[in-house]
Amino acid sequence: MAKEKPDLVHGTLDMLILKALQHGPRHGLGIADRIQQMSKDILRVEQGSLYPALYRLEGQGWIKAEWGVSDNNRRARYYKLTAAGRKQLAVERDHWSRITKGIDLVLSEA
Amino acid sequence: MPRVRAWFCRLAGLFRKNRRDAEMAEEMQTHVDLLTERNMAAGMSAEAARNAALREFGGVEQIKEIAREQRTWRWADEFLQDIRFGARMLLRTPGFSLLAILCLTLGIGTNAAVLSWIEGILFRPYPLVPHQDRMFAIIGTTRGVEGHNGLSYPDFLDFEKNSTLFESFIVDKITGTTLSVGDRAERASCGIVSANYFDALGVHPILGRGFTREEGIGRNAHPVTVISYRTWRDRYNFDPNIIGRTQYLNGVQHTIVGVAPERFHGTFVGYSFNFWVPVSMQETFDPTGYKLEERGARWIEGYAFLKPGVSRQQAQSELDSIAQRLENDFPEIDRGHEVELFPLWKTPFNGAGNMSPTLAITMAVVFLVLLIACANVSNLLLARSLLRRHEMTMRLALGAGRRRLIKQLVTEGLLLSLIAALGGIAVAYWCRNALVLAFPEPTAGIVIDFPGQIDWRVLAVSTGICILATVVFALMPAIQASHVDLSGALKTDGGGVVSGTSRSRLRSALVLVQVALSFVLLAGTGLLLQSLSKMRNASPGFATDVVSTGADLFSAGYKPDRAKTFVTLLLDRVRTIPGVESASVARVMPFSYNVFSSAPIEVDGYQPAPTERPEGDYIQIGDDYFATLGIPLISGREFTRNDDENSPLVAIINETMAAKYWPGKDPLGQRLKVRDSWMQIVGVAKTTNYRTKLEKPMPFFYVPMRQNFFVQNTFLIRTRESLGAVMNAMAREIHALDPTLAPIAPSRLQEQIDRISYAQRLAVTLVALFGGMALFLAAIGLYAVMSYSVSQSTRELGMRIALGAGARDILRLVLSRGLRLTLAGVALGGIAALLLTRLMGTMLYKVSPRDPVAFGLALIILILVALIACFVPARRASRLDPAHVLRV
Repeated sequence: MAKEKPDLVHGTLDMLILKALQHGPRHGLGIADRIQQMSKDILRVEQGSLYPALYRLEGQGWIKAEWGVSDNNRRARYYKLTAAGRKQLAVERDHWSRITKGIDLVLSEA
Repeated sequence: MPRVRAWFCRLAGLFRKNRRDAEMAEEMQTHVDLLTERNMAAGMSAEAARNAALREFGGVEQIKEIAREQRTWRWADEFLQDIRFGARMLLRTPGFSLLAILCLTLGIGTNAAVLSWIEGILFRPYPLVPHQDRMFAIIGTTRGVEGHNGLSYPDFLDFEKNSTLFESFIVDKITGTTLSVGDRAERASCGIVSANYFDALGVHPILGRGFTREEGIGRNAHPVTVISYRTWRDRYNFDPNIIGRTQYLNGVQHTIVGVAPERFHGTFVGYSFNFWVPVSMQETFDPTGYKLEERGARWIEGYAFLKPGVSRQQAQSELDSIAQRLENDFPEIDRGHEVELFPLWKTPFNGAGNMSPTLAITMAVVFLVLLIACANVSNLLLARSLLRRHEMTMRLALGAGRRRLIKQLVTEGLLLSLIAALGGIAVAYWCRNALVLAFPEPTAGIVIDFPGQIDWRVLAVSTGICILATVVFALMPAIQASHVDLSGALKTDGGGVVSGTSRSRLRSALVLVQVALSFVLLAGTGLLLQSLSKMRNASPGFATDVVSTGADLFSAGYKPDRAKTFVTLLLDRVRTIPGVESASVARVMPFSYNVFSSAPIEVDGYQPAPTERPEGDYIQIGDDYFATLGIPLISGREFTRNDDENSPLVAIINETMAAKYWPGKDPLGQRLKVRDSWMQIVGVAKTTNYRTKLEKPMPFFYVPMRQNFFVQNTFLIRTRESLGAVMNAMAREIHALDPTLAPIAPSRLQEQIDRISYAQRLAVTLVALFGGMALFLAAIGLYAVMSYSVSQSTRELGMRIALGAGARDILRLVLSRGLRLTLAGVALGGIAALLLTRLMGTMLYKVSPRDPVAFGLALIILILVALIACFVPARRASRLDPAHVLRV
């Protein structure tokens, strides 16, 4: 039913969001900024994918949202990693490194 | 766990939709604001910053929509939307909705009520008996011979002893006697049952007890009885000290040991018993002799309970092997004799077997009613689909997905059928009790207490059919819309249905089907009603206004010699009563549940086939019997007073018997051996009905009462006097002979015949009831279609009026279209009925399945109804104001 077209490899956005929240709660724009910054501007998160992903993760119970106040005194929804989310992050990271290792091996074959 | 949680979140999302939507909007607004601020900090103007932020963020609404999908199930969301919308649509056309719901409700409700009721009669006929799914009727059959006979008691015990797959066997033999309490005597029905009867059935007497094992053993050794609740109520006035009281039954003082529960009437469909006695008392209640030790006397009707998990086939094959062994052990007696298990609804020896064909027809009728109801609703939906064509086209033009449209229409259909299903349950519940009110007045002795439990499977099936029909036809607008050229359809509105365009063809077809089905029902009902009245009016071969009465000699303890004198004296006295044309006496009256005598016979010069063991039913009668009952004698003479103990034994046979054993010969003067005595045939009587009017002509013979005397007998009197007068005269004459005797309340033979044919009358009533309902539904259907046709073609009609058509022309135009449809439907129905009514052949008594009267009546009724149904909309059409109509 979902018709999103992520710029990222499908499914990785969720993992990146979880990773971005690893060291404390952030609001939507903050998460997008953090991913961009961590990837040294290589990855840019489309807002059109961001919010659906956030709601999806919230629905899975991996992140939790609550209203907070931003640096410039704005009411914003802050997302926080839950315990289940932390576990999920570990699982996905593991999975990812195995996949990339596999892909590397395939590509480095002469 | 996360899955469950996600599910809850989505579910919650459904209900917190508005709040969540607001939060989402606010969150995205914040995002855009933050971007704007960032842009302004980078030196953009406020407006440019905001525009850039919005550009970067993308389509807010699209994102919201996608985000929403993540949160709730879209289908569920839309479903709620559709339901809301559907409900609004139904409310907007309340007339349509009410009509549709009414039709469906009637269809589902009556269907469920009647089918449950029938299912109850067929599969659970005995209200208080648990495990009726494991209860089977057991009866004897003879190899190569159609029909059934009883089981002998020794054989029965052998089956009981040698079988392993059965939980229990019970003997249940219906018999009758006279019950006199105080100075009132009454015929009463009685069950001769095995001692385990109440225990095996799981029926617990409300007072006292059932029978003990010992009470089943010993010749006439245990005169005990369990009485029915009704007997306790009607004859003993709820006497709380009833247990231990004694009662004369068939001349023997019985001790009442128990009172059966109120809803237990015995195990004989459609008949209620007054009391039960243990099988040891068989001889007392069976005037044809002691049979408990006679392997050749086949009289037992019974039931068997299978152990859980045993199939009928397994049980049957076990019985077969036991029967085989018995054949080997007792070749003289048991050769060719087998036993057969029947499901309860096929029980050959009680009302169930008689009822099942009638019930099958009722079931078919009710099903047709359901189909008509469905056709009706389909029709209404289709008619409305025309009205909604514009709406559908508009929605398509605005970009609605076709799937979405279809989903919405299905929802509306579902909504309709679900409301109707709820109504149907209510109707079914109510009908279950109301149905009984429609039953013909039961004759004395018959109890209508069939379990009217609503069967949920039945309800589910009928609801399913309705839902299917509704949904399929609810889709019509969408299907039609998908063929529509958008721009064209938006410009024109509904066309002239009166002229019959292709759009209305489907609806016409539905009306056609409806009328056709109604015709089949009406014709069928007509045939059955006619058959019933023919059967009622058909002579059974004897005069049905003959009064049956007598004195309760048995209860008074008369011995045969004294009884013989008494009967002779009383008969003389009765013949002198003013108004009595003739009188006689017989052991049992025709059409009674009391058994005729039956014995093996031998005929001089008749060589039976190797497996054939000729047997004959007969009755003991007094002089003047044939004159009293109006049965013509073909040849020979009646018995006279001189055919007594001292004269040679004689017999009178019926025509059927003469044709079978003396083909082409004159049986007069020939000899017939009954049991051990040879009798000379002195007369041949016309064959009559003996047990039911539906029976085939059967061989039967008569022997003189004086040569074969029984204490228990009945007086038959031909008189024009009222029953009350007969009662008074009988009481006077009886008391003159013996002041202590109670006269038996007189009744006409017709009453007994009605009692026997009650099941048929019941079924016919049901069929008539539902035939009427079908007619009503068909009328609604016709009305709805014509009504919509008119409202659809107001423009055309208005034009015609404007061009000079008079009210009469318009009336004729609309009526003629309705009638054309009706006639076409009738033609179709006529063909269907001709094919279908042939299946009723066996049910019909002397009525041709193509009886022109029934078909003609159905035609006239349908056309009248169609006229009425079309007249209302036609009149409305003729009163159209062209100026008003054409301006719209």
